[in-house]
Amino acid sequence: MTARSQPHPLGQAEPQVRPARTRSLSRRLSGWLYGRRGLFLLILLLPPLLWLGVVYVGSLFALLLNSFFAIDPFSGMVVPEFTLATWAELFTLANFDIIVRTVTMAAVVTVAAALIGFPLAYYMARYAGPRMKAVLYLGVMLPLWSSYLVRLYAWKLILAKEGILSWAAGATGTTWLLDGILGLPVIGGPSLSVSYLGMFLVFLYIWLPFMILPIQAALERVPKNLLDASSDLGARPGLTFRKVILPLAFPGVVAGSIFTFSLTLGDYIIPGVIGASRLFIGQAVYMHQGTAGNIPLAAAFSVVPIVIMAIYLTAAKRLGAFDAL
Amino acid sequence: MAAEVRFDRVTCAFGPVKAVDDVSFEIAEGEFFSLLGPSGSGKTTCLRMIAGFQYPTAGHVYIHGKDDTRLPPFERDVNTVFQDYALFPHMTVADNVAYGLMVRGVAKAERRRRAEEMLELVRLGGYGDRRPVQLSGGQRQRVALARALINHPRVLLLDEPLGALDLKLREEMQTELKQLQRQVGITFVFVTHDQTEALSMSDRLAVFNQGRIEQIGTPAEVYDRPQTAFVAEFVGTSNILRGPVTKRLFGVEGPVSIRPEKIVLRPDNEPAAGPDTGALATIAEVTFLGAATRYRVALAGDEATHLMVTAPNVLTAGQALPSGTRVRLSWGPETWQVLA
Repeated sequence: MTARSQPHPLGQAEPQVRPARTRSLSRRLSGWLYGRRGLFLLILLLPPLLWLGVVYVGSLFALLLNSFFAIDPFSGMVVPEFTLATWAELFTLANFDIIVRTVTMAAVVTVAAALIGFPLAYYMARYAGPRMKAVLYLGVMLPLWSSYLVRLYAWKLILAKEGILSWAAGATGTTWLLDGILGLPVIGGPSLSVSYLGMFLVFLYIWLPFMILPIQAALERVPKNLLDASSDLGARPGLTFRKVILPLAFPGVVAGSIFTFSLTLGDYIIPGVIGASRLFIGQAVYMHQGTAGNIPLAAAFSVVPIVIMAIYLTAAKRLGAFDAL
Repeated sequence: MAAEVRFDRVTCAFGPVKAVDDVSFEIAEGEFFSLLGPSGSGKTTCLRMIAGFQYPTAGHVYIHGKDDTRLPPFERDVNTVFQDYALFPHMTVADNVAYGLMVRGVAKAERRRRAEEMLELVRLGGYGDRRPVQLSGGQRQRVALARALINHPRVLLLDEPLGALDLKLREEMQTELKQLQRQVGITFVFVTHDQTEALSMSDRLAVFNQGRIEQIGTPAEVYDRPQTAFVAEFVGTSNILRGPVTKRLFGVEGPVSIRPEKIVLRPDNEPAAGPDTGALATIAEVTFLGAATRYRVALAGDEATHLMVTAPNVLTAGQALPSGTRVRLSWGPETWQVLA
């Protein structure tokens, strides 16, 4: 105790001076680490670095490496020698068709998701009250809480020839409309569940939340007074939307499109269950690495979405999508 | 002189709360007019009703003699400098300034030229290619000004534009704003909670309290002739005396306001300035303020009543009278004001 003639004003016991010896181990460790930022960061980042660096990047590299091998056409064994033969095979007409088909579907799904998602995200960010916003969040996220496969097979029932949609068309006397749509070339088919249109609808449904949430977050960050400033300077709401809201929300649209685009590019289950039983990239990878045993070609196919995403992001950056970040 | 802005019995209610309650006033053409008041007093809501961001729930707002009560902001000949500037972060400084011209469909080269001109006016020539984030607070402030002035509005609204700046910069901008206003000859409506700012810059000001205007007048009128206790205390500091003491000291009923610097304080042993113009008191507290000394004195015969007196330190700081000194207070006939 330190000597003091006055009693403590609050009448409490004076705090004991802690002797250095009783400092606990964790306390000393904290003190020791405090001055060693580099070591601290190393300890902090070691697990994620190991995971990302070795498991993730490492396996990607192995994939890339494999695509430069080829299989021996007689033995079916992978020959570990550098060759571009697998890549040449990728660009044969049949395989190239698969790539074009997948990329087209991914692009159409992305554009449609943006067109449908933006207004809802805009409403959520600008107009909805706290209660309405919670309901809409729940509405958008709820499908993500149930199994992807359950939702997929539910859609198969909705879209099937004897399914809910054709029943509803019959009940409302709009069978002619459904038939008309199914009669369209390329996107039509015998029924929605075996057409590109049906596959498009399911993709759109499954990935839409991934578009809405980033756009909503981006719109949420646009300060209200920027809109006031724009209209103060004479801009009608339409112009304010084009010149202020859209450019500032664009990073959100790009973020959403990265999800919808890459998820559609890589999916192999939906095209297997719904659609015109034409191959998509994911299915090709699945087939070549499984039944066909052509690991190099599967690897080459796997590299395609990565390359496409790289091109896509570069283009988005060129367009200034990330300027407002 | 024609009224540039006129409020005719304007009320603006948010649910049960009346942010602005039956307010009427006129702002003359070319005037620097301040709306002064504490936060939540309704001054900003009034500004937003001039801009068109908010419509009144009752009453009329006239701009240049036209009833613009329910005209959307983009149809009004009024521009605003926002509190936190509201610069478009995705545009260059020049594009921000030229936004109003872009909206009007002015050609790009012309836009560029006039934006640069405007930037020169606010002493930011050559900054056109930067982004708002690359500028300091004071510079952003000037960009916001240039952007709001480029369309030559009839009225420029300024919503606490100096609030985010540090003291030195704020004083600089006060002078600059005043100069700019004389230069462009536009009516300025300036919202602030800072009374020194309002006093030093305005031609006239309106003091707001709880959605109502307490007083309108020139800075000197408002300072020297406060009509209510709120004005006397919010604009500057004041001694407000209530009860029988006012009858004894000033010969009037009702509350009286007298500014601390208008009271002359002398040691009691010196001869009085004249009969019946003062009171005896004892110094209770002395505070050295640098340029002046502030005394808190207790009135003789009414010890519970304390007055603040500030005396300029004309000689040296050492002249200050010590606590406990008996003093005589006196004041001129025009220096005090009976309050409503």
